[in-house]
Amino acid sequence: MQKPVTGPSVRGSMLTDPKIRAWAFQILAVATVVAVGWYLFHNTQSNLAQRGITSGFAFLNNPAGFGILQSLIDYTEGDTYGRVFLVGLLNTLLVSVLGIIIATIIGFVVGVSRLSPNWLISRLAALYIEIFRNIPPLLQIFFWYFAVLRAMPPPRDSHALGEALFLNIRGLYLPAPAAADGFWAFLVALAIAVAGCVAVARWARQRREATGQRFPVLITCLALLVALPVLAALVAGSPFTWSVPTLTGFNFRGGWVVIPELVAITLALSIYTAAFIAEIVRSGIQAVSHGQTEAARSLGLRPGPILRLVIIPQAMRVIIPPLTSQYLNLVKNSSLAAAIGYPDLVALFAGTVLNQTGQAIETIAITMSVYLAISLSISLLMNWYNKRIALVER
Amino acid sequence: MTDNAKNHTLGDKLMIELQGVNKWYGEFHVLKDINLSVRQGERIVLCGPSGSGKSTTIRCINRLEEHQQGRIVVDDVELTSDLKHIEAIRREVGMVFQHFNLFPHLTVLQNCTLAPMWVRNMPKREAEEVAMHYLERVRIPEQAAKYPGQLSGGQQQRVAIARALCMKPKIMLFDEPTSALDPEMVKEVLDTMIQLAESGMTMLCVTHEMGFARTVADRVIFMDRGEIIEQAPPEEFFSNPKNERTKTFLGQILNH
Amino acid sequence: MSTHVFKPDLPPPTLSVGVLGWLRANLFSNGFNTALTVLAVYLIWLMVPPVIQWAVLDANWSGTTREDCTADGACWVFIQNRLQQFMYGFYPLSQRWRVDLTVLAAVLGAVPIFVRAMPRRWIYAIGYLLVYPWLAFWLLHGGLGLQIVETSQWGGLMLTLVIAVVGIAGAMPLGILLALGRRSHMPAIRVICVTFIEFWRGVPLITVLFMSSVMLPLFLPEQISIDKLLRALIAVTLFEAAYIAEVVRGGLQAIPKGQYEAAGALGLGYWRMMGLVILPQALKLVIPGIVNTFIALFKDTSLVIIIGLFDLFNSIHQATVDPAWLGFATEGYVFAAAVYWIFCFGMSRYSMRLERRLHTGHKR
Repeated sequence: MQKPVTGPSVRGSMLTDPKIRAWAFQILAVATVVAVGWYLFHNTQSNLAQRGITSGFAFLNNPAGFGILQSLIDYTEGDTYGRVFLVGLLNTLLVSVLGIIIATIIGFVVGVSRLSPNWLISRLAALYIEIFRNIPPLLQIFFWYFAVLRAMPPPRDSHALGEALFLNIRGLYLPAPAAADGFWAFLVALAIAVAGCVAVARWARQRREATGQRFPVLITCLALLVALPVLAALVAGSPFTWSVPTLTGFNFRGGWVVIPELVAITLALSIYTAAFIAEIVRSGIQAVSHGQTEAARSLGLRPGPILRLVIIPQAMRVIIPPLTSQYLNLVKNSSLAAAIGYPDLVALFAGTVLNQTGQAIETIAITMSVYLAISLSISLLMNWYNKRIALVER
Repeated sequence: MTDNAKNHTLGDKLMIELQGVNKWYGEFHVLKDINLSVRQGERIVLCGPSGSGKSTTIRCINRLEEHQQGRIVVDDVELTSDLKHIEAIRREVGMVFQHFNLFPHLTVLQNCTLAPMWVRNMPKREAEEVAMHYLERVRIPEQAAKYPGQLSGGQQQRVAIARALCMKPKIMLFDEPTSALDPEMVKEVLDTMIQLAESGMTMLCVTHEMGFARTVADRVIFMDRGEIIEQAPPEEFFSNPKNERTKTFLGQILNH
Repeated sequence: MSTHVFKPDLPPPTLSVGVLGWLRANLFSNGFNTALTVLAVYLIWLMVPPVIQWAVLDANWSGTTREDCTADGACWVFIQNRLQQFMYGFYPLSQRWRVDLTVLAAVLGAVPIFVRAMPRRWIYAIGYLLVYPWLAFWLLHGGLGLQIVETSQWGGLMLTLVIAVVGIAGAMPLGILLALGRRSHMPAIRVICVTFIEFWRGVPLITVLFMSSVMLPLFLPEQISIDKLLRALIAVTLFEAAYIAEVVRGGLQAIPKGQYEAAGALGLGYWRMMGLVILPQALKLVIPGIVNTFIALFKDTSLVIIIGLFDLFNSIHQATVDPAWLGFATEGYVFAAAVYWIFCFGMSRYSMRLERRLHTGHKR
C-alpha cells in the first residue's frame, strides 16, 4: 500500500511549520468531536431527566411480560429482558446461518451455470441474477410473506407433500425426530464412521505419496457413512421415533413447525444474496486465466484434477473476500425480519423492549454493538486470512 | 555447441503426422490443408507473420484446438474426440507457452511434481527427485521452494520447460517461448532449448529467433495465411529462399 | 524465385457454422450438455406459460373497482386505480404539477452535463448542483407564493426519489472528506474517520433509522423538534457517507504516486492539490462505484416503512392491505418490483458502460 503523500510534508513554506500546523489541526478536530459529543450527551441528560427515564442497564433484569413467537431456548413471559435479548440474538443467528448456507448453495450453482457452455443454462442464470439483485430485499420478503405464505390455505386444506410435510397459513410442518432405543448406538456408529473416513483419507494420501497408488476415498467414505449407522440401527433398533404432524381439529399437532415469518425471510434473503454470490463466483472463476487450464491440460491432467488442483485454489482466493462481505450483508439484512414481525434482535430489542421500557439509548446501543461486533470480528478474520493466502509476488 | 547440436541422426519413426488438416474459427479458414510429417528426433522451427496459423498448428497437435478435417497422428495414436486418445497423447507431448502459465499458487517444485503425481501416479519422493533433476538441468534447483511470482521471466520460462520435461515427454512443443521475455533473458531460455535439442528430443518450435533456427533446426517451415508455403533445412532456407513471400518475410525479420 | 498461389478460403463444414453449428456448439455439444438443454427447456416451460397466462392472457385491464376483476388472472385495475397515489403519495391533487416540474427541471437541467461537446461542462455542472436543490425544495415544499405542502403529505415514488437523491447528494461531500481523512498522515484525523466509517458500515440501516427516529430527539435540545422525513434523511446521509468514503478511497488509492509528487513539485498546498489535481481524477474513476452505491441506496429507501414514511414501497403495501382491494398483494408487489427493477437495472447498465469506457480510457 502506498503511503499518502500529503501537502504539508512537501511544501516548503517558511511561515508555517507543517508539523505545528498538523498538531493544531488535529487538536482542533479532537476538540470539535469532544465538544459535539458533550453537547449531545448534555442534551440527552436533560431530556431524559425531564421525561423521568433513568438510564442504565438495570432494566435487563426486569421481567419482560410478553410472549415471543419463536424461541430457540426456553422462554416464558415472566423471563427477563436479558433473556429476551438472548432469544432475539439466537433468532438473528438462526436466520443468518440458514440464509448463508442456502445462499451459498444457490449462488455457487447459479454462478457456475452462468459460465456453462450451454447457452440456455447460462442465459437462465443471467436472468436469475439480473432479476433478483435489482429488487429490494424488503420487497422480496414482503412478497414471500404477504403474497405467498399469508395466502396459504388454512390447516385443513394444507398443501401436503406425502404424509409428512404440510404447508399452510400457520407455517411449514415437518416431521420431528426424537431419540429412541437405538439412538446412542446410531450416534456412536456415526462417530466411528466419520473417524474412519478421516483415517482412510489420511492413509490414502500417505500411500499415494509413497507409492503413487490411488484409493477410492470418496466411495469408501460414503459407504462407511451409510453402512455403519444402518448396521447400528439394525442391531440396536431404530434410532429415532418420528413425530409426524397430524391434523387434529383445526390445527396440526406434533412435528416441527417453521413459522411463515422464518420461511419468508430465509427464502427472500437466500435468493437475494445468492444473486450477488453468483456474480462473485463467476468473476472468481473467470479471474483464473485460460492459460492455467491450457497448461494443466497440456500436462495431461483430467478435468477433475484440473478443477480441484488448479482452478478452485486460485478462484477461491478471489472469491472469499467479497463472499465474506456478502455474508456480512446477509447478517445485517436479517434485521429486515423486523418488518414482518419475525422476532429477531432488532424486532425484539430495538422494537418491543424499547417501546415497553423507553430505554432508547440502551436498547439501540446494545443492538448496534451486536452487529458491530459481528462485522468487526469477521473483518479482522478476513484481513488475517487475506494476508495468509496472498500470492507471493516479487 | 553449434556443431554438437547439428550432428545427430534422425530416427526412422514418424512421431507426428498431419494429413490434409483444415480448421475454421467460425467462418474464418485458419488452417488450409496442412500436411506435415515429423520424424523422431527432428527439430522443426515454424515461422511466419502473426495470424498465419503456426500457433494453431502446434496447438492442434495436443488438441488444445480441435481440427475439423484431416488426420493428426501422434506417436501412432490418432487424435479424435476420444478422450482416452487425447489423454494418451498429452502425456507424451510437453508444451511450453508464451506466457509461461505456471501455477501461481504452487511452488516451483510443486509445479513440477503435480502432473507426474496425478497423471503418472508417481510416488511423491520419486516425483520430487525427477523434478529436482530437471530443475538442475535448466539450472535453477536453488529456486525450488519459491513461488513463480518471485522469479524473473527467464527463470519462470525455464521452470515451465522443466515442468513439461518432468512428464518425460517424447515430443516438446514451444509456442513463442521467448516473445514475452525481456531481451536480456532470451538467451538463458534459448540455451536451455539448445541443450534440450542436443539430448535428441523431438521439438516443434514456433519462434522468430532465427539464430536459434540456424543453430538447432533440421527444418524451417514458413507459414502464411494458414498454409505451409516453404520448408527447407535452415542453410537453404536462409541463403536461398525459393518463394517471394518467404524472402519478404525474412527481409522484414532480419533487417530491423 | 516463385510466387506462392494461395488456396481459396473454403466455407467451413456445415456442422460447425450457421444455425446448426450454433445449436451444436451451444446446446448439444455432448450428452451432458444436451441433458442440460432439456432441463432448461423444461424449467422455462414450467415457469413462463403460467406467468404469461396470469399476467397477460387472463388479466383484467380495465375497470374502477375490485368487482371489475372477474377473470382468473392478475387484477391490473388495482394498480391503475391507485397509480396516482403510488407516484405522488398524498401530495395535494391540485399541486402535483409541481412534482412533475421538479422532475422535468432535474432532467432538462442535467442534459447538458452529459453532452460531451458542451464547453465548460464542469462549471455548468457545479452551478447546477448548487442551484437545483434550492429550486427543488422550493417547488416541492412551497413558500414564496406557492402553497406549502407539509412533508407528511409527500409520498410514493416521489418520496423514494427524494430520499435517494438527497441521501446521495448529502453523502458525497461528507464521504469525500472522510476518505481524505482516512488517508491523512495525521493520526488523530485518521482515527476519527476510520471509527466513523467502520461504525456506520458495521450496523444495519434499519437500526440507524430506529436510532434517528427515537434517539435524535433525545440528542437535541427539547425546543427543537425535527420533521420525520428530515430525521430519515439525516440517518440515510450519515449511513451512505461511510460507503461513499470507501468508494472514494478506492479511487484515491488508484491515483499513481507520481501525481501527488508532481502536484507537490508545483508548490500546490494540500487543499489545492486535492481539489485541482487528485480529486478530479479520483472522482472520475469512482463514478461507477458511486452509481453502484446509489443503486444500493435506492433499494434501501424501502426500509423507511419501518419509521412510517410512505415511500413507493409503503404506499403500495398500504394499498394491498386496504379492505377495498384485499387479495391483490401479488399484483401490488409485482408492480413495485417492476418499478424498482427498471430503475436499478437501468442504472447498473449505465455503470457498467461507464466502467468499460474508463477501462479503455486507461489502456490508451
